[in-house]
Amino acid sequence: MNYKKRLDGRKFDELRPIEAKAGVIARADGSGYFKIGNTIAYAAVYGPRELYPRFMQNPEKGIIRVNYNMLPFSSKGNRVRPGGSRRSQEISMVTEKALLPVLDLSEFPNSVIDIFIELPQTDAGTRCAGICAASIALADAGITMKDMVSSISVGRVDDQVVVDLNYDEEAYDAPVADVPLAFLNKSKEISLLQMDGDITEEQLFKAVEMGKKACEKISKIQREALKNKYK
Amino acid sequence: MSKLLVKERDVVVPGEDIVEGMDYLPSKGTYREGDKIVASQLGLVRIDGKVIKVIPLSGKYAPKRGDTVIGKVIDVLMSGWRIDIDSAYSAMLGLKEATSSFIARGADLTKYYDIGEYIAVNITNVTSQKLIDVSMRGPGLRKLEGGCFIEVNTSKVPRIIGKQGSMISMIKQATDCRVIVGQNGIVWISGTPEMEAIAIDVIKKIAKEAHIPGLTDTIQTYLDKKVPKKKIVEPKAEEQEKKPEVKDTEEKKETPSKEEKK
Repeated sequence: MNYKKRLDGRKFDELRPIEAKAGVIARADGSGYFKIGNTIAYAAVYGPRELYPRFMQNPEKGIIRVNYNMLPFSSKGNRVRPGGSRRSQEISMVTEKALLPVLDLSEFPNSVIDIFIELPQTDAGTRCAGICAASIALADAGITMKDMVSSISVGRVDDQVVVDLNYDEEAYDAPVADVPLAFLNKSKEISLLQMDGDITEEQLFKAVEMGKKACEKISKIQREALKNKYK
Repeated sequence: MSKLLVKERDVVVPGEDIVEGMDYLPSKGTYREGDKIVASQLGLVRIDGKVIKVIPLSGKYAPKRGDTVIGKVIDVLMSGWRIDIDSAYSAMLGLKEATSSFIARGADLTKYYDIGEYIAVNITNVTSQKLIDVSMRGPGLRKLEGGCFIEVNTSKVPRIIGKQGSMISMIKQATDCRVIVGQNGIVWISGTPEMEAIAIDVIKKIAKEAHIPGLTDTIQTYLDKKVPKKKIVEPKAEEQEKKPEVKDTEEKKETPSKEEKK
């Protein structure tokens, strides 16, 4: 009711400024950089390579391993203990599941593709930025994938449905829901949908539609990033 | 009526439509969805009559039977050596395939190839589970001593070798180095330090500009500029080069470059 204008002056369906690059890490097989507003994600892909310990190997197809990590100084300096946490473990898992539907790993039995996502600066929407960067990195690594994945968070602040929440909005003093989404670009299938907070059915459908439109824009930026590497 | 949505040699990303309509056939790096042909790899579009394929610009080396590769010994086993060939899987070099000389039972295998040494090998078999067998029986397959190694992406190898080995023999002639190019992207160069440096520089330049057409001429002028003193040494250098040349030309036979290059 009171949320007529967004805190940073954007329109309700407007994204923060986006910047994307491919091939930013020299020693990695593939890498990507994705910046949306103040959130920065780097992703590096290594492999396919041999997988040890051996009990993790799957003789039918390869596996992917995702490691999501927010650097200790990345947000407000309050997440000071470095390394994994329950939160990062969960996000690693959902990122892995968001990326798996596009990959064909049957050509790489007993092997692994490692994806490392690092966030040196964060302002909400980190898992979405991470997925976008990882998708660029996978394509850059020359891995066979039927499609690319793009991701954005949608949600509501008070009674307004919004796209791409920043941290101030997530922490706004009103009912807020944050819904990270990931779409396969071509088929528009949803490969990630989580929800934090509550939202009505009507608002959720509206939010997903807005997210779909936003992802179209993001997918264009991802493509440009990859093509620019070879210009 | 089919419609091409991109031009030949355009860069496509996974999920990008290449053709609309049923008149073309999908090949490597593409797949058909509905009436469209879609790219499944980052690479350059190549149209070969009715066949559409994508030539990858990056990616790990996919081992193929018959390829000559350069590998590093990473383990010495009971009956052979394990070789890292810079692909997703390591290769196995059996005793019988290793040398032409007799190896007695229980002999110390490190006398032949020790951990950390580099060898040029030929892939003899790749199974569905990606177990790779390699052999050293064949011309030019040997232990690589001295010189230096550089790594380039495996997709650039056809350009480094050139049509019928034109590019590589150009580099050999200009720099007077011995060069072996593995299909896995590892290149061995041996010569005088100054010339090695030039050869490395040139190969890196080729790898960087591999997707640009008309590369041979660019490299020729680049080489001429880099090796100015060549003219004085030329007659002598060419004679000397003959010998190693014979040995090294063997690997260039199975260059896949013909189909890739135009």
